[in-house]
Amino acid sequence: MIAEAGHYALVLALALALIQSTVPIAGARWHDPALMNVARSTALAQLLFVGVSFAALVTLHVTSDFSVVNVFENSHSLKPLIYKITGVWGNHEGSMLLWVSILALFGGLVAAFGNNLPLSLRAHVLAVQAWIASAFYLFILITSNPFLRIANPPIEGRDLNPVLQDIGLAVHPPMLYLGYVGFSISFSFAVAALIEGRIDAAWARWVRPWTLLAWIFLTLGIAMGSYWAYYELGWGGWWFWDPVENASLMPWLAGTALLHSAVVMEKRNALKVWTILLSILTFSLSLLGTFLVRSGVLTSVHAFATDPTRGVFILLILCIFIGGSLSLYAWRASTLKQGGLFAPISREGALVLNNLFLTTACATVFIGTLYPLALEVLTGDKISVGAPFFNLTFAPLFLPLMIAVPFGPLLAWKRGDLLGAAQRLVAAGIAALIAIAVLWAWTRGGSAFAPLAIGLAVFVIAGALTDLVERTGLFRVPLGAALRRGRGLPRSTWGTVFAHAGVGVALIGIVCETTWNSEYIGSMKPDDVAVIAGYQLKLDGVTQRQGPNYREMVAQFAVSLDGRRLSTMTPSKRNFTTRGSTTTEAALLTRGASQLYISLGETAADGSVAVRIYHKPMVLLIWFGPVLMAFGGMLSLSDRRLRVGAPKPARAVRGLQAAE
Amino acid sequence: MTRRQRRLTMIGGSLAVLAVAAALVLSAMRDSIVFFSTPAAVAEKHIPAGKRFRLGGLVQPGSLVRGDNLAVRFLVADDRATLAVSYKGILPDLFREGQGVVAEGALDSSGVFRADTVLAKHDETYMPKEVADALKKQGHWKDDYGVKPDQRAKQAGVPGDSPVAQSAPRTDRGTVQ
Repeated sequence: MIAEAGHYALVLALALALIQSTVPIAGARWHDPALMNVARSTALAQLLFVGVSFAALVTLHVTSDFSVVNVFENSHSLKPLIYKITGVWGNHEGSMLLWVSILALFGGLVAAFGNNLPLSLRAHVLAVQAWIASAFYLFILITSNPFLRIANPPIEGRDLNPVLQDIGLAVHPPMLYLGYVGFSISFSFAVAALIEGRIDAAWARWVRPWTLLAWIFLTLGIAMGSYWAYYELGWGGWWFWDPVENASLMPWLAGTALLHSAVVMEKRNALKVWTILLSILTFSLSLLGTFLVRSGVLTSVHAFATDPTRGVFILLILCIFIGGSLSLYAWRASTLKQGGLFAPISREGALVLNNLFLTTACATVFIGTLYPLALEVLTGDKISVGAPFFNLTFAPLFLPLMIAVPFGPLLAWKRGDLLGAAQRLVAAGIAALIAIAVLWAWTRGGSAFAPLAIGLAVFVIAGALTDLVERTGLFRVPLGAALRRGRGLPRSTWGTVFAHAGVGVALIGIVCETTWNSEYIGSMKPDDVAVIAGYQLKLDGVTQRQGPNYREMVAQFAVSLDGRRLSTMTPSKRNFTTRGSTTTEAALLTRGASQLYISLGETAADGSVAVRIYHKPMVLLIWFGPVLMAFGGMLSLSDRRLRVGAPKPARAVRGLQAAE
Repeated sequence: MTRRQRRLTMIGGSLAVLAVAAALVLSAMRDSIVFFSTPAAVAEKHIPAGKRFRLGGLVQPGSLVRGDNLAVRFLVADDRATLAVSYKGILPDLFREGQGVVAEGALDSSGVFRADTVLAKHDETYMPKEVADALKKQGHWKDDYGVKPDQRAKQAGVPGDSPVAQSAPRTDRGTVQ
């Protein structure tokens, strides 16, 4: 009954989406406000019905209704409640339902908070949003219906893939989808602007908060996924340049570029055509990511679905939306008026440079990800493009960008003073040189790369703080006055400082972890001691334990430093009886920003256990950096000028004038 | 600066960055791409010792020999040829005799494949994609490989979905006391 209701609600949502994709456009053609307003009510109703559908699937999973194929294949009555819920999106059908639910959520948000949008723009935006929604409802209903029944219901389910039975799964996919799908809004705005043939600075003001919101979620989603892979997969890596990871990195790079170009458009009314193109590209890359993950063209951690009909269907959606929007762009972009002039050395110029490097870096990731697929289709050769390729292409493009980051905020709009900015960055440069010198001396002439890269990171962080110091007049005016000024600064300025500093922090983590990571692999018997980075890890013993739906072998390690007992670490190996599969649960011990990491291998006949131990210095900074970036994004989003759905148009106009 | 000059500066700068990127991509393509091969292809092509590639096939049942300090040797087979593989380290959770495996490394002078990375990547039918394709091409695809996960899980006691297990390149810096 619940399954049928969920299915029916999804069909109704499709019907509503079809109305929403046509009627408002006709309304805008005939200048009929009543028809244009249909978009708003259908968007909200669509959200309601998709919500019902999603709630139905969650209910089915929670109540372990094994007469539904999706529940049977991915659930088990003994599974803890939290994993019964997260298991809803731990499979192909459920995750697609989550995808459209989030799409409907964003559509609903625009409908609910878009009162200050011009009526026809809102109608167009919601109509485009509904085109995407219709395509994906059809995809779910035709190829991936999560509500299919089994004729003879089994008593017990097949259980969720044990690797996915982790709290990371509760957070990672929804966050990632909020990011991916959130970019659909800027896409819809771009297509709407192309249809209307009109675009102005106000357009950028509407688009920026939505892009920012999606970007925040995508940043957190990627960081979360990376940390999950780090502790769950058991070999201590945090980024593998796996195609699925690249699929989320590409929209992030394009989205970051879009955020910056939207600033130029909002403040200076320039780069309009480019911003439109970036909006289209960012969401196209999100669709490409969905295709790569959902079609099963790749075999990788996340691709838990393989079915060619689905692949072809998504490929079709991909071609229609990307091809259609780019054709529309080619046809209409020339009608958009070009805006403001600026010198190459200026804030605009710096942001263009940022865009140039981000999109080029994105292109190298794109090539590295799709080249093996293209080659296999064309010649049948199978190759793998891994970390070495990206280290040689992506990294050299990112380094000049990092050098440029501190300069951007210090340059004036229209015509900047590079020498002046450089003078103000002298302190940051000195901090960087000190960091390089200290590290060089400390590592006694080891690798030259690590101190230089960390120096660069220090430069980025100090440069971000320099901007703050300049604006508040810290060290020049009394502390109280500087603090008052700091409080008076727009939150978006604070946001920039945090986001840019976050990039530097993440870079420090990445460099420290890759350079000074130490590893011990060996087989250990009880009372053996492993020494790594000054820590002594003694294997106390191995015990067996029964969990809710698994048995596990737990090893106890006593960790001590200089003979002083610190803690006990208990890595384990879980054996899931239903699927007969094993997962490795790593044990982590956090010391400052560094971590000790133990994961277990197989047990030999003589009772010794294969053990892999890592010491990862400053590893937590890798994820703390993105958290800082996302926090900066949130600060910026809470800026009064950008607040999503500022209720009254009058206020928006006042905000516009107050802008620098 | 005139509008024209400004525009030329921008276009010139963009082209310069794109040219650098293209050069980087091309040089990286030449040096850092790893081809996939099967034991039969290795026998035919005479891959020089020291050239890195990925070897895929089935772990020959009964061939796994464990040595001291986590050293292992096993045979990778593709129904036409077999190749000896040596590896030192922890094998992934999904590594089993009779199952598909992908190893990355290079041949040594004696013709043994020295793997520094062993991946056991599986799709729902317990086959790394490359291995399944290669076996299909050779016409040795057995229907048994495509048995539904639940049945196969009962037969072999193996997992039901497609997690990846991999052991990373190892660098021993720790010591045993």
